[in-house]
Amino acid sequence: MRFKDVQIEMAHGAGGKASRRLVEGLIAPLLSNATLDELGDAAVLPFGAGRLATTADSFVVRPLRFPGGSIGELAVNGTVNDLAVSGARPLALLATFILEAGLSTQTLREELEALAAAARRAGVSVIGGDTKVVEHGKADGMYISTFGFGTVDERALLAAGNVRPGDRVLVSGSVGDHGITVLLARGELDLEAQLESDTRPLTELAFALIDACGDGLRWMRDPTRGGVATALNELARACGHAVLIEEDSVPLRSEVRGACEILGLDPLHIANEGCLLAIVAPQSAGAALEVLQRTPGGERAADIGEIREAPERTVLGRNAYGGTRTIDMLVGDPLPRIC
Amino acid sequence: MKYVDEFRDPPVIVRLARELAHIVEPGRTYRIMEVCGGHTHAIYRHGLRDILPPSIELIHGPGCPVCVLPTGRVDDGLAIVANPGTILTCFGDMMRVPGSLGTPLEHKARGADIRMVYSPLDALRIAQENPQHHVSFFAIGFETTAPSTALTLLRARELGLTNFSVFCNHVTIVPAIRAILESPDMRLDGFIGPGHVSTVSGCRPYEFVPRDYGKPLVVSGFEPVDILEGVLMVLRQLRAGEAKVENQYRRIVPWDGNPAALRAIFSVFELRPYFEWRGLGFISQSALKIRSEFAQWDAEARFELPGVRVTDPKAAQCGEVLKGVLKPAQCKLFGRECNPEHPVGALMVSSEGACAAYYRYVHHADPVFA
Amino acid sequence: MCLAIPGQIVELSQDKPGFAKVEVTGVRRNVNIGLLEDEKVGIGDWVLIHVGFALSKIGEAEAQDQLRMLRAMGEDELAIDEVRGYTFAEPAT
Repeated sequence: MRFKDVQIEMAHGAGGKASRRLVEGLIAPLLSNATLDELGDAAVLPFGAGRLATTADSFVVRPLRFPGGSIGELAVNGTVNDLAVSGARPLALLATFILEAGLSTQTLREELEALAAAARRAGVSVIGGDTKVVEHGKADGMYISTFGFGTVDERALLAAGNVRPGDRVLVSGSVGDHGITVLLARGELDLEAQLESDTRPLTELAFALIDACGDGLRWMRDPTRGGVATALNELARACGHAVLIEEDSVPLRSEVRGACEILGLDPLHIANEGCLLAIVAPQSAGAALEVLQRTPGGERAADIGEIREAPERTVLGRNAYGGTRTIDMLVGDPLPRIC
Repeated sequence: MKYVDEFRDPPVIVRLARELAHIVEPGRTYRIMEVCGGHTHAIYRHGLRDILPPSIELIHGPGCPVCVLPTGRVDDGLAIVANPGTILTCFGDMMRVPGSLGTPLEHKARGADIRMVYSPLDALRIAQENPQHHVSFFAIGFETTAPSTALTLLRARELGLTNFSVFCNHVTIVPAIRAILESPDMRLDGFIGPGHVSTVSGCRPYEFVPRDYGKPLVVSGFEPVDILEGVLMVLRQLRAGEAKVENQYRRIVPWDGNPAALRAIFSVFELRPYFEWRGLGFISQSALKIRSEFAQWDAEARFELPGVRVTDPKAAQCGEVLKGVLKPAQCKLFGRECNPEHPVGALMVSSEGACAAYYRYVHHADPVFA
Repeated sequence: MCLAIPGQIVELSQDKPGFAKVEVTGVRRNVNIGLLEDEKVGIGDWVLIHVGFALSKIGEAEAQDQLRMLRAMGEDELAIDEVRGYTFAEPAT
């Protein structure tokens, strides 16, 4: 894949097809090495007797604060979650801040407090970082970049290559909450709803699955930008099989559904910050679902579909009367600056 | 969701599917055109082709206002925002439509102030909030959307706004249906009539279809139950040797349309003598222009627009797909040179475009593309 | 732009005449009801919303009527099939 776009567009940051082209077609080839080329959520390196998972992330959400969270919280949870779905408990985080001149100290203090609280909740320390300031008019208040690392649990054998036909697709919570919340919080649309971002650390949920399923847990992902559809398409491409989703079983809050209907958006393309996707062996699915539903944050967990042999590398959605459609990766950027 | 979920009720859908399976005559094929792009999307989105008997073929019609807009008009819209101090507002659909020098989104990335809105009233609000800028609204749509643009223009006049204009590209559906019926390569048995256009225009404007061409036309809603019932009603007419206009979408479409909406349209707009449609050529009396009394809110009166006729690339078969002569996947560029990220024509990016619908909801599972 | 969805009027705007607050499964939006000025619209009515405007009132009676007919469809046939079944099940004489 070659990156032929002449300039960078918003779509390249949306987490969908354009983002993938940028990473796979330009960035990865120029920096290429064995670990990078795997393009996992976290990069896993052998470390002593075990494995070290490392991840970097950045946060450019607008507005900085929204119901259910803020940029500081996203920064911690988003990083911790990339580690969690790789089967790692977080050891530590580093955070860099790019601040806009004119940002009020009160706002910065509030974000740091939110970040500290999120770190405490996630059981991780921020051990270092950097700060830069740019002119007024750049950085929209602040941007945060993070680097996180943790040791991978030896029981976690997670790879798209482990996924096989017959495996079940589980989601740990309702979809679309975060993206729609942030969109409404911008106040540019004349829409009101009682909705909150679902941002939370997923470590407990991820490890509940590792405990319950062992090697029956094949793969996990936190579906952020690009949504569930994009994450499942990446899985389908990587494992070579088909993913069949029973559309009516995907947990969806009525407010998210309503907002998506009004705006013409597909909830499966909307970013999430507090749920995970897991592929589990059919014999582990019952226990997996039960343990998720008993874990805080997993109350709405559901079995939403299965892996099939064909059509290869395709995600399909099926409705209650048997009509099917393909569920494609996100194209374009319907909701910019969500994470 | 009320008025949505009941019309997606699986037992009812199964019953309709069974009725359809019983009513089709063995050995006969049926070609029914759904005029409206919204129907095309709904059909693919809900997987209705899995439920319809294989002898019923649904042909995609030209009812996609973004798709039928010639590239030259997109360029004209982009020329408006090239004027310093101008803000161009448009629906999300328009943002990825290719003009000669890129899409509005690409122009925006290069610094043009182009903003997506969900309503012409949003554009009005942006004008009120930015008195130092001129705000222009790129109006597209059939009769469904024209009344909203009309009310917005009336409101602009009420407010005495001097920094607001509309670039009007509204088109009307009847000339497009007539052009399809006049087309020699079309063999159609009946029509699924546009649902939301009809809330404004009512059902009478389609009476020429059974009267002059002997084909049934059933105005239908957009949920699976609506579309299946609409198809069933067409087939029942065919079986009975009848041809008339029927209203499946009774809960929403009044037979005589919406008088207030029609009044709004006529007070603000008049018909252009002719207008170019992608794929259908120049059609007379098929598009709306802003009346001279509203000239100061008419972007075509306020700005010098290039007005250049831009022909589609030779290899693109947009016109044939719009007329239903070709299915999206039969266009040589489909999925190759033309895809949603790099579209050659608007059909691949519009929320009502047949190519966009096929690409998004079907083509990955189509063995032809494996 | 055919995207139009049903919503219920939950508030009529006092300070913005010609506007109403409409709710779609928990999401509220201000909608211009100027195109329905010939009809009486009130709180509780369902309307079809398109690009920020209400285009039409939704007829509850028509909707229920239609659904009732569709649900009953095919039931006569089922009854006939059942009866035919009895015929075939009769023992031969």
